Amino acid sequence: MRYAMAVDTKKCVGCSDCVVACQTENSVPIGFCRDWVVETTDGTYPQLQTEIRSERCNHCVNAPCVRCCPTGASHYAEGGIVLVAHDKCIGCGACIASCPYDARYAHPKGYVDKCTFCEHRIKVGMSPACVAVCPTKCIYFGDLDDANSNVSVVLKKRKHKTLIPEAGTNPQLYFLI
Amino acid sequence: MKEELIVSGRMNHMVDPNLNIWHWQIPLYLFLGGMAAGILCIAALYYIRGRENDYRTAVRITPFLAPVLLVLGLVALFIDLRHKLFFWQLYTNIRLQSPMSWGAWTLLVITPVSFIWCALHIRDLFPNWDWKYKWLKVLEEFFNKYKKALAWVMLIYGIILGVYTGILLSAFNARPLWNTSILGPLFLASGLSAGAAATLILSKDKEERKQFARIDLVIIGIELFLIIHMFMGFLASTQVQIDAAKMFLGGSYTMVFWIFVVILGMLIPALLEIMELGKYHIPGILPAILVIFGSFMLRFVIVYAGQMSRWLY
Amino acid sequence: MSSRREFIRISFIGAGVLAVAPGVLKATGVITDPVKAGDLKVDLKRIPTYCEVCFWKCAGWVYKTSEGNIWKIIGNDEDQHCNGRLCPRGTGGVGMYYDADRLKTPLIRTEERGMQVFREASWDEALNLVASKIKDISSKYGPESLALFTHGSGSAYYTNLFKALGTGNIAEPSYAQCRGPRDDAFFATFGEEAYSPEITDIRDTRCLVLIGSHIGENMHNNQVQEMSDAIDKGATIITVDPRFSTAAGKSKFWLPIKPATDIALLLAWIHEIIYNEYYDKKYVEKYCSGFDQLKTHVKDFTPEWAYGITTIKPDLIRKTAKEMGNASPAVIVHPGRHVTWYGDDTQRVRAIAILNALLGSWGRRGGLYRPAKFTVPIVPVPAYKEPVKTWQDIFPGKYPIASAPVTNLLIEASIPDNKPGFPVKGWFVNGTNLILTIPNQANTIKAIQNLDLLVVVDTMPMEITGWADVILPECTYLERYDALRASPHRRPSIALRMPAAEPLNNTKPGYWIARELAIKLGLGDYFPYEKLEDMLDWQLKKIGSSLEEMKRSGVKNFPRDADDLYFTEEEAVEFSTDSGKIELYSAFFEQSGFDPLPKYVPHEEPAEGFYRLIYGRAPMHTFSRTSNNPNLTDLMHENSVWINPRVAKAWGIKQDQYIWLKNQDNVVSDFPVKVRVTERIRWDSVYMVHGFGHAQKQMKRCFGKGASDTQLITKVLTDPIMGGTGMRGNFVTFITEKTGTEVAS
Ligand SMILES: Nc1nc2c(c(=O)[nH]1)N[C@H]1C(S)=C(S)[C@@H](COP(=O)(O)OP(=O)(O)OC[C@H]3O[C@@H](n4cnc5c(=O)[nH]c(N)nc54)[C@H](O)[C@@H]3O)O[C@H]1N2
Ligand SMILES: Nc1nc2c(c(=O)[nH]1)N[C@H]1C(S)=C(S)[C@@H](COP(=O)(O)OP(=O)(O)OC[C@H]3O[C@@H](n4cnc5c(=O)[nH]c(N)nc54)[C@H](O)[C@@H]3O)O[C@H]1N2
Ligand code: SF4
Ligand code: SF4
Ligand code: SF4
Ligand code: SF4
Ligand code: SF4
Ligand SMILES: [Mo]
Repeated sequence: MRYAMAVDTKKCVGCSDCVVACQTENSVPIGFCRDWVVETTDGTYPQLQTEIRSERCNHCVNAPCVRCCPTGASHYAEGGIVLVAHDKCIGCGACIASCPYDARYAHPKGYVDKCTFCEHRIKVGMSPACVAVCPTKCIYFGDLDDANSNVSVVLKKRKHKTLIPEAGTNPQLYFLI
Repeated sequence: MKEELIVSGRMNHMVDPNLNIWHWQIPLYLFLGGMAAGILCIAALYYIRGRENDYRTAVRITPFLAPVLLVLGLVALFIDLRHKLFFWQLYTNIRLQSPMSWGAWTLLVITPVSFIWCALHIRDLFPNWDWKYKWLKVLEEFFNKYKKALAWVMLIYGIILGVYTGILLSAFNARPLWNTSILGPLFLASGLSAGAAATLILSKDKEERKQFARIDLVIIGIELFLIIHMFMGFLASTQVQIDAAKMFLGGSYTMVFWIFVVILGMLIPALLEIMELGKYHIPGILPAILVIFGSFMLRFVIVYAGQMSRWLY
Repeated sequence: MSSRREFIRISFIGAGVLAVAPGVLKATGVITDPVKAGDLKVDLKRIPTYCEVCFWKCAGWVYKTSEGNIWKIIGNDEDQHCNGRLCPRGTGGVGMYYDADRLKTPLIRTEERGMQVFREASWDEALNLVASKIKDISSKYGPESLALFTHGSGSAYYTNLFKALGTGNIAEPSYAQCRGPRDDAFFATFGEEAYSPEITDIRDTRCLVLIGSHIGENMHNNQVQEMSDAIDKGATIITVDPRFSTAAGKSKFWLPIKPATDIALLLAWIHEIIYNEYYDKKYVEKYCSGFDQLKTHVKDFTPEWAYGITTIKPDLIRKTAKEMGNASPAVIVHPGRHVTWYGDDTQRVRAIAILNALLGSWGRRGGLYRPAKFTVPIVPVPAYKEPVKTWQDIFPGKYPIASAPVTNLLIEASIPDNKPGFPVKGWFVNGTNLILTIPNQANTIKAIQNLDLLVVVDTMPMEITGWADVILPECTYLERYDALRASPHRRPSIALRMPAAEPLNNTKPGYWIARELAIKLGLGDYFPYEKLEDMLDWQLKKIGSSLEEMKRSGVKNFPRDADDLYFTEEEAVEFSTDSGKIELYSAFFEQSGFDPLPKYVPHEEPAEGFYRLIYGRAPMHTFSRTSNNPNLTDLMHENSVWINPRVAKAWGIKQDQYIWLKNQDNVVSDFPVKVRVTERIRWDSVYMVHGFGHAQKQMKRCFGKGASDTQLITKVLTDPIMGGTGMRGNFVTFITEKTGTEVAS
């Protein structure tokens, strides 16, 4: 099993519902976030192009944050999800420094936190909170090992990219372009 | 015009507008660890080579600084941790790919070794020292017997510790400035020069001081070579690394780096030492203090500037 | 670990076991379809509500933690307004409840108006004071000297009360500041309005034309969802906006129009569509009147003519007209919603209505569908007294076709200098922040200074509450019952809102406030039920449901009476216009003294060094009401002023610099606003998100953050047809240094 997510930049409107839904679902404290939205604009008026991306941890296959963690708090869980075991984390910040995507934050309680792909929800067959809330239904989530999953299908059909592939992390958050 | 904007989220002051996770504690820890490593390596090396009597200060006195530095370093590291009560988790896990883990375990070995080394030389400081308990005396005898092995352990772990202070950073390929294999040797060299400088300050023996001034000179030469090499590497690399190098070549870290680290921390002490070796009378303590200061600044500048360098946005 | 997390785990373990039963979850554990908590038939302590963060009123569920705290709000899968997905504001609605700056107890002003000095009072004392003042005004000037300004779900109760008092001065900003011109223009054309939610059949359209409508930033929920569906299905989107809006970024064609010139473009499109015979001939012949007059009228309005006015290339006008023609009748020229722009708005929207008629989209799949609404039985109350004088008697002859009371007209009636037919001396304001909502703030404040009474019902200490004599704190929508939601949609439906928590502090639900006040005014008979839930149960039982059932389902959808979502082929349709036809040529307008066909009239242009101030929505905020919401300020805590790089360069203004804006009447923004240098805005305009720049210190999170567009809208282009306040005729220039201002830290 290999969980992955694909965000359709052609449909995403940057509304940030995914951000606030994650915040309430996962009790992310006010002032922090596990996902965020980036908007790029290219060109000169009136020849313009925008790309809007909802970003979060890439659940990298080759995750530097897991590698550098001295306690094993950062680890791979089932389906390749990268998780932080809060009661193993010492809050050294190495993983925060190691993530090229700046996907992690230090929770005020001390441990480091980040997107979990809502593993508490997917375990019981629900989709991640950000996926479930997105008004444009532009986030696809599922198992890449299953050729019929939403995410496999859409990745087959559409042109896509990952962020900073040159960092060698092998991200599992795809952007349909 | 190309515009890239975080519309929402990422109101995370530890990563935006730039990484801001490590403050004074980590560079201080790296400096203290590096200097202790330098001191212990030098002591071990001369002991193994049987030059204990020529370089008495370096082998028997300066090492008394090491446990102090190491403990202070550990305190700094501890202060940096955000989930302090879980500190012990460092020692229930061995993570071979994590420099942080390597460092933790190395410290676990080298800190007691440094204490033992001091214990073996305690009478150099306090001639009337007496171990109150018998078992302590037994222990002293035991370690005296295997002092050579102890010195080897100290040398090896000292090198690991010294290199580790650089590897810790260079393992982060997310931060272009840190992502160079030169940081390891550079920090080791910087630690050694600070260690040598410590003896330069403490030693009363003319010959020993001369020797350490020479050592310092050689190491400074090596450091300068590594720094030039590092920048050449950056400039020949990808845009993000070129941007990283530019922080020191006209960017916001140019002044601090070239003035405090290179000129005050390397070139001037080197010049002073050359003059001293050339029989000018120079207050010997001055170049040594400058070297230690430079070594300290190097860590600060690299840790802070590294947090400014990034791939994205 | 927080106990909230524990709750999640515990309840989902239960959920997991039961979830196997429906058998819909993929056995492999692979999630290919979004499955939401609503699907897992378990009692996860959820309470039905419909959202009050904007007026789309999406139905949802409030989930609570095991300790009984409000945890999250999730859309109701059965609801057509949201399809199980709330927008960011609805999701962040929890912040309205948790906002520490909320109003907590009734307050009575102790110093002169505007000085924000209040003392705490009991409900009894506060309501007694309000009742006695209302009686005074009523006996001294007559009940018509009382006015109700209201917006949101509490409106029903206060409307009932005010009608009982004998006044018809009941105005909502959603008319003269929002969609009034649209509804009157559509009414004149089709004999029917465009409704809320709009009747746009976006999910099935082949071509969606957005004229200023910035869907995606305007987050009216199922419209956004359907626009995304339309993108998936390959529909063409055509966006007309001087700004490269989010929707423009999703469009096949973006027409970067010069602001204030849309009528010229619309006329050119009509010209193209008629003279190239792109229009739906059968439809026009069968249903429309006035085609020949229209054809003659637009004869000279060629794309070349429009180019000179709009700066849109003729070729682009032609191409897009053709695209609409190809998609006809599955094409929507969006009616717009906030359409009070330049004072000729009713005429502009008339052009939009005409375009829809020509393309045959009204009553057609992929065009504008026929809405259905569930009629909830009304609890019988004594007959209302017929008002002796109405708002139309204030300035006789003004705004002859306005179909609803005009807020700004009632405000004018409170200023003696205007010599109104009768004075309005007492305002009761519920759920509308008039100071930031109505343009020309100085005028509103002048009116307030002439009042005998200003009562404000609100949940937050807003600008308007600062001017009140008595402040009545309402609890938030998460803490109360409200009237059943019965908005028109594809299927008739109702939705229930019930409290998910006890009202915090000393706040009360709107129904309770209105009823207590009615009793004190001797009008208790108009509120026969002591508790709103008893009334709801009575209503629901009448329609074969019950409060119990609705508590479990939240939403109830009913079948349509007939299969009439769209006109059937060859259907004979009688429109509710005078002629029974779709009136391309409006005889009604002509009789009322207005142009029967829309004309382009040039508008004032910015002077040298000035830029047109245009504004809009940010997807994560609603007007001024959410600016202090902790969850939503996390997403966006200030607005910025968008400036074209060319302009910024000429001024030496840098990205992220804070500047002040000064308008043509020398009004300077209270607070500095951050500059966003962006290609997405034209060089002759600047853009801001409405709702920021709060000057109310009690709102600690948003005080002084960003600038207020309303403050800079001092020139109002009033629509002579219906009184709408056109707000885009203002121009601003930049001030980079300002001394002696309060700057929030
Ligand atoms: N997130 C969010 N969504 C909302 C609301 C909210 O507060 N927040 N409010 C809701 C309400 S009540 C309403 S009425 C609607 C309003 O939403 P809309 O009806 O979409 O409002 P507009 O005023 O048409 O939209 C503003 C757009 O008009 C463009 N514009 C400015 N001047 C001109 C011009 O001269 N010509 C043209 N063609 N375009 C121009 C601006 O650049 C901007 O993109 O939004 C609703 N949705
Ligand atoms: N400059 C400018 N002016 C505009 C617009 C614009 O874009 N620019 N848009 C116009 C449009 S389209 C519209 S529809 C209007 C909207 O105008 P308003 O409806 O006045 O909008 P808000 O600013 O959200 O003010 C709502 C008030 O209701 C309060 N409130 C929220 N919930 C409750 C509740 O449950 N009970 C009570 N009693 N009060 C509550 C809020 O605290 C706030 O004070 O504004 C119009 N005015
Ligand atoms: S909720 Fe969906 S549309 Fe909105 S920003 Fe997130 S991914 Fe984009
Ligand atoms: S995105 Fe960052 S936090 Fe997530 S797995 Fe990759 S490196 Fe780790
Ligand atoms: S902060 Fe926690 S998760 Fe991150 S590297 Fe340190 S121990 Fe591991
Ligand atoms: S998958 Fe879950 S944790 Fe990750 S961003 Fe989405 S909602 Fe947040
Ligand atoms: S559109 Fe958003 S804010 Fe408006 S009612 Fe629906 S969920 Fe609430
Ligand atoms: Mo509106």
